[in-house]
Amino acid sequence: MSRQSLAKAHQKIQELSWEPQYHEPYMKYGTDYTFRKAAKKDPLKQVLRSYFPMQEEKDNRVYGASDGAIRGNMFRQVQERWLEWQKLFLSIIPLPEISAARSMPMLFQAVPNPELHNGQAIQMIDEVRHSTIQQNLKRLYMNNYIDPAGFNNTLRNFHSDYCGTIGRQFAEGFITGDAITAASIYLTIVAETAFTNTLFVAMPAEAAANGDYLLPTVFHSVQSDESRHISNGYATLLMALSDEDNRQLLERDLRYAWWNNHRVVDAAIGTFIEYGTKDRRKDRESYAEMWRRWIYDDYYRAYLLPLEKYGLVIPHDLVEESWNQIWNKGYVHEVAQFFATGWLANYWRIDGMTDEDFEWFEYKYPGWYDKYGKWWENYNRLAKPNGHHPIVAEDVDYVYPHRCWTCMVPCLVREDMVVDKVDGQWRTYCHEACRWTDAEAFRPTYQGRETPNMGKLVGHREWETLYHGWNWADVVSDMGFVRDDGKTMTAQPHLDLDPKKMWTLDHLRRMPHVASPNVILNEMSDADREAFVADYNRQGPAGRPADATS
Amino acid sequence: MTSTEERPERSVPKPVFTDAEAGAKEFPDSGPGARRYNYFKPAKRKQTHYEDVTVEVQPDPRHYLTQGWIYGFADGSRGYPLTWTKLKAWGVDDPEPERGPGSGGKPIENWPAHGWHEFRDPNEEWELTMYRNNANVVRQVTQNVENARNAKAFEQWTQNWVRFVERNVGAWMHIEHVLGLYVFAGCNRSGPTNMHNTAMVVNSEHKIRFAQDLALYNLTLSEEIEGFDGSAHTAAWNSDAEWQGVRKVVEEITAIEDDWGEMIFATNIVFEPLLGELFRSNLVMQSAAGNGDYVTPTVMGAGEYDFAQRDLRWTVAAFAPLTQDREFADHNKQLFDSWTAKWVPKCLEAARTMQPLWSQPDAKPPRFEDSLDRAKSRFAGILSDLGLEPPKELNQ
Ligand SMILES: [Fe+2]
Ligand SMILES: [Fe+2]
Repeated sequence: MSRQSLAKAHQKIQELSWEPQYHEPYMKYGTDYTFRKAAKKDPLKQVLRSYFPMQEEKDNRVYGASDGAIRGNMFRQVQERWLEWQKLFLSIIPLPEISAARSMPMLFQAVPNPELHNGQAIQMIDEVRHSTIQQNLKRLYMNNYIDPAGFNNTLRNFHSDYCGTIGRQFAEGFITGDAITAASIYLTIVAETAFTNTLFVAMPAEAAANGDYLLPTVFHSVQSDESRHISNGYATLLMALSDEDNRQLLERDLRYAWWNNHRVVDAAIGTFIEYGTKDRRKDRESYAEMWRRWIYDDYYRAYLLPLEKYGLVIPHDLVEESWNQIWNKGYVHEVAQFFATGWLANYWRIDGMTDEDFEWFEYKYPGWYDKYGKWWENYNRLAKPNGHHPIVAEDVDYVYPHRCWTCMVPCLVREDMVVDKVDGQWRTYCHEACRWTDAEAFRPTYQGRETPNMGKLVGHREWETLYHGWNWADVVSDMGFVRDDGKTMTAQPHLDLDPKKMWTLDHLRRMPHVASPNVILNEMSDADREAFVADYNRQGPAGRPADATS
Repeated sequence: MTSTEERPERSVPKPVFTDAEAGAKEFPDSGPGARRYNYFKPAKRKQTHYEDVTVEVQPDPRHYLTQGWIYGFADGSRGYPLTWTKLKAWGVDDPEPERGPGSGGKPIENWPAHGWHEFRDPNEEWELTMYRNNANVVRQVTQNVENARNAKAFEQWTQNWVRFVERNVGAWMHIEHVLGLYVFAGCNRSGPTNMHNTAMVVNSEHKIRFAQDLALYNLTLSEEIEGFDGSAHTAAWNSDAEWQGVRKVVEEITAIEDDWGEMIFATNIVFEPLLGELFRSNLVMQSAAGNGDYVTPTVMGAGEYDFAQRDLRWTVAAFAPLTQDREFADHNKQLFDSWTAKWVPKCLEAARTMQPLWSQPDAKPPRFEDSLDRAKSRFAGILSDLGLEPPKELNQ
């Protein structure tokens, strides 16, 4: 279609906008935001007559590339270190995608402007595309990559695993609770507008550097739909801002959404990009450098800041604090170290770091070796079973951390950990911002204002609780992270596929039982708990015990 | 001559031979048996591509969701509650596994946990198919209209038929649009499994696209036919007496309280045969040719095909097993019967308010009563595919 006829066509389909005359549609999803009905423009200007063939064409390119990759033996050049982390990433991401589709009707109801609904419906269709095209990519990896374990039971794994649960915030958070908090602020304004750049642009670049050019093909194709979604979010945000009563809620939701996205996305994608790569060219950008460019400059400075003049209260402090966490407090390194500590509780293999990796880290993050080097040397030393336990049960100067009740990533920057008694239970939080999210934001009143539609943080948020007192071998087989011989573990702390070098359930039997930090915390006396907090806050970096910190 | 300057080596990652391809080594899980998604039972012997990309993407705490849903609504409901329809599939009343300190993950032993998970979209729609199918339709429709334009086919239309198309064929776009957005897209947050919700999205795509096909056809006609009023469709939809009955029903369907099952049933099982096909097939498609119009039926026909071949098909596949359900067959049958008893009279009343449309064209279509009888018997046939009896209200 020509540009001119496209503009005319788009103009024409505006005539479809519906104003109910006899019955108002049933309102299933509530919001505490208020919207005044005003004539709006559809920000997407998309007509299905051109949309469907355009998407089909994109598909043709993606599937053509997939065939080419297999014919061209791509997997002979793929880095296992990289592809193993895709067992985690690709187990998570189809659910956030499909959840984004599911969240769109929540916006139909919350935002009364029918002109915006067309764009939201197109986003819904896009998201079905993203979810199923990613399920398909993973299937292709399962079929063609050397080690299918972890891919072949992918969704059971995702639903059983604590990392999966952390990732699930990035899905359930889009579709549950206050419709605008969920589907607009958390999903569109923060997750899509800010963080998809690291997901769908930075990560694919790293994949390509590790011999995998299929992930970039699929994810760039996905990202090409994303700009549409960003316009959807922007249109809704401007409407919300036009009512002053919404500003307090917008401030609350931006704080929550920003911090939660930082905690979750930076933990996962930061680890994949820094610890899942073999590309150690000094001039390749580190995650911190990418973050500074895409999230700090492009999102915070170029997108959020200009909204201040419309009355948006921007969480400057949390943006700066996120950067502080990444740059000064080693957030990504602490998370990667924890993933590796707990390798046995997951369903992918984690490669150790080599001298070349050490050198790169030291170059990009001066002081890295002094903090993390020794621990990674221990990781390598303990990688293959040789009469010792997995590293989590060996003495390597690492204190097993408590989990953050809110973001569910452990409290790894030890000095920031806070505790609070909420809903009758003592809970640990990785940071004051996470405590605030649970104790103040996700509540039916906020700063004295009724917020009856706000959602709740629920579920068994500390994974260890469920296995308190269990033998590790039973834990792993209960989760199903076992290979088809019935005993070799799916996860391994190295990449050697020689069966004699691989850990089995038998190796785990002799380990001490799993103990839930949260169960123990709640058994403490007030004095013990205070002492525990004081000690915890003096731990680190790299999880070192308090007295070992000099 | 050209001087070759020494260019600094570009910094690019070097390809490395890793031999990480399937079959390169032998170890537990390296065999071909390990190369399939193994966390669900396929519906047939052979696991389909469609199943691989849809099944279990939406979690269910009765399967593997160890830590449970982690966000709740203000009223405490979470995830995809099975109570968002009054329909029931076997197993839904069984208690959810209780997890807590030391409980373990309690993964399911016998997949699936309940009957909803047995549903597969017989059209096997996922992203690849939905773009292919819809792109084919828009190409075909565009081509048909383009050919007609080049052949000056619209010149043969009588004045009466021009009025009929601008008002009535035009008015139908609103119905497809409202149902597409506020029923099918609207319910895709509500279904019990990913297969249901994805089928609803695809159904929604058909309707929204069809609405736009009609709108853009209307635009072409205003450009091609002298005096064609491109805004008459809105006037008809807003105020023509013939259209207010059907508009009332459509709006009332969007107002159904908290039951995606009833919304889909009322639309695809009751509304579509009794009003949708009545108008599209039994009136427009039947009278167009007699009035010199060979184009409108191709545009209408594309939408009609989607309903008859795809949308109805998934709906029957989703609902028919519920009337044979090993636990809740009676409950579901009674519920379906109550829905037909509720929606059939509304649809029939709306059909009768449309009756004057049958006398508008110069070349008359079949009699209204014959058209309606055809629609009724089609409806009765669909009910029998579902294992249901026609309601007494059908004789009105
Ligand atoms: Fe997406
Ligand atoms: Fe946290």
